[in-house]
Amino acid sequence: MEKFERPTKRKPEETRPVEAEAGVIKKADGSARFKIGDTEAYAAVYGPRDLHPKFLQDPKTGILRCSYSMLPFSGDGTRVRPGPSRRSKEISLVTEKALLPVMNLEDYPNTVVDVFIELPQTDAGSRCAGICAAAIALADAGLIMKDMVSAVSVGQVRGHLLVDLDGDEEHMDENEAADVPVAMIPSTEEITLLQMDGIVTKEDLSKALEMVKPALKEIAEKQREALKKKYEREA
Amino acid sequence: MSELLAKEREVVVPGQVLANGIDYIPGNGTYRHDDKVLANRLGILSVEGKVLKTMPLAGRYMPKKDDVIIGRVDDILMSGWRLEINSPYSAVLPLKDASFDFIAKGADLTKYFKLDDYVVVKITQVTSQNLVDVTAKGQGLRKLRGGRVIKVNPQKVPRIIGKKGSMVSMLKRATDCKVIVGQNGFVWIEGSPEMEVIIVRAIRKIETESHYSGLTESLKGFLEKETGKKIEDDAPENNDQKVN
Amino acid sequence: MNQEILEHIKNSLKKGVRIDGRKPDEIRKVTIETGFLTTAEGSARVKFGDAEVLAGIKMALEKPYPDTPEDGVLMVNSELLPLSNPEFEAGPPSIDSIETARVIDRGIRESKTIDTKALCVEKGEKVWSVAIDIVPINYEGNLIDMGGLAAIAALKTARFPLVKDDGTIDYHERTDKKLDLKKMPIPVTVCKIGDVFIVDPTDEEEKAIDARLTVTSIDDKTLCALQKGGDHPLSETDINDMVELALKKAGELRKALEEVN
Repeated sequence: MEKFERPTKRKPEETRPVEAEAGVIKKADGSARFKIGDTEAYAAVYGPRDLHPKFLQDPKTGILRCSYSMLPFSGDGTRVRPGPSRRSKEISLVTEKALLPVMNLEDYPNTVVDVFIELPQTDAGSRCAGICAAAIALADAGLIMKDMVSAVSVGQVRGHLLVDLDGDEEHMDENEAADVPVAMIPSTEEITLLQMDGIVTKEDLSKALEMVKPALKEIAEKQREALKKKYEREA
Repeated sequence: MSELLAKEREVVVPGQVLANGIDYIPGNGTYRHDDKVLANRLGILSVEGKVLKTMPLAGRYMPKKDDVIIGRVDDILMSGWRLEINSPYSAVLPLKDASFDFIAKGADLTKYFKLDDYVVVKITQVTSQNLVDVTAKGQGLRKLRGGRVIKVNPQKVPRIIGKKGSMVSMLKRATDCKVIVGQNGFVWIEGSPEMEVIIVRAIRKIETESHYSGLTESLKGFLEKETGKKIEDDAPENNDQKVN
Repeated sequence: MNQEILEHIKNSLKKGVRIDGRKPDEIRKVTIETGFLTTAEGSARVKFGDAEVLAGIKMALEKPYPDTPEDGVLMVNSELLPLSNPEFEAGPPSIDSIETARVIDRGIRESKTIDTKALCVEKGEKVWSVAIDIVPINYEGNLIDMGGLAAIAALKTARFPLVKDDGTIDYHERTDKKLDLKKMPIPVTVCKIGDVFIVDPTDEEEKAIDARLTVTSIDDKTLCALQKGGDHPLSETDINDMVELALKKAGELRKALEEVN
């Protein structure tokens, strides 16, 4: 295969620079900002709180409700119309499922934990950035969580597996570029989000999932550091 | 060989490995995975022998029987009042526990408590589904008049009160404000406008610095600087945070 | 709001002290940051204390309205994000967010700070549209003033995207061309609580106000938009005092804006 160099000179397994910060929204019970390259997500957690309408309540446990949304000026091209779209609804759903396995809301029957994710700017990988921000915010809210959830995408461009595709890389290979967003529980290496678009062989999928693990563990460290930093900063 | 990987009083976060080896025992806020003990919430690590626990740094108030809390009247029901208590759950103050007076069925309940009134109450019952009953009958339990209410992190309430009420007692002496700290994180304050501002800043300082040692001393310094007067040491019998 | 607490706030205000310790005419610490978002043609983050608001500008080429074939299109939108405050709910825009957007829009439009004719590319066929979106990140009151300031800071620093030879836009390339702002319209909302006027209310204070007046001005004596809100009426004396205070405070904010480039 021909030698391939990423436009940003990153190594294949290297993510873009990551910034993470906890407690950025004072009004929220928990909050975070997570930035990877030029993709940035804010997350705020409210709850556990009263859930209405009542028929949504579960007497055995609190429920998690996630909402992913791109701010109107956050898109690659023209203005994004505010309000939910089919895309944002689906991403909200998979975000919820990505986070749920680490949560335990059994102490809070009949309640809801609301997670609001807003992206002020995006350059690919926005659902993963949203999940990373949400996981920090949930921990910041003091909820019982067995671990972080860390997410990043891994893609295949012109036959090369690359971690954390940016927008330019996504568009380099119109025919065969594949993008696989992955979320993982770092301590158990269990996968909680897995989607793909594009064409990939099953061998390459296995390779991709192996390749993305170290990056996910690095991201988990950044998420944990963000929470610790909040309490250092306040010294 | 078992090994402790985090320090006593360190801020630990979900998924952080606290210890390797089966000699360490997981307590509150930690769990075992294979031969490791990990944190399952954001907190301060406490090591008691081989037992590892975390003290929460954040999180909403969970109602507990016998806690004295401050509630805000949210709804007037057929048979009492619903109170918002800064918690995932609301509380009900039933007619029979609202007053030492007999309240007849069909009486005008707003004569006792109106919407948005703040009331100091004590929790009498918490069911498995977290239905909460409270009473307003008892020493120090009453409707709050005047003053204002601020919301604080419920996990920091023990530090705001201090050992045997020492912290809140110092706040009161320094500012001449009346203060009632509800276990649920609602704090009622009444004093001169200037002193209220100082006491609120002092409480915010306790909230953010509670996990550092020397809190009482640094608070004392802050209060003396802001109020411009020296705080005398408190005689132990003056620690009279009655409702707590 | 609890009447006892309302009385308490009013009594405190009579002595010139607000519940957060500020003087009645004091704005929280103001910071303005611009141009940090890669996807927006213009962006601004305004903080008043812990309160935080973002404004982002998107530009596009569109067909003009038939009745104004030579004018570019200006649009202001605001959304009270549930992320920014526990009291905001998801759903269609609330009346409060619509009012906020319209008051800010009026200030910008009526000040004629943007020459809409200069946004015309081809009469009747193609004009620039400028969409300003304002969102609170941490809502602690005073969205109109913060949003208005953020909007103008974002407009001031916005740069046109590149138009390719085929007439379409390359949003990844930004030119050096800026919107040529003629004026700096600044909204300042003066609130009346009892007999006291305050500026820059917190969300808690907003619940206690009897009436408010938003005064948008372009310099220390010229107004370009007004909006009275709140349940209570205002006397002529009230209005004169409120306008005077608003103009004075707008001067302070305009100064902060001058440092933004």
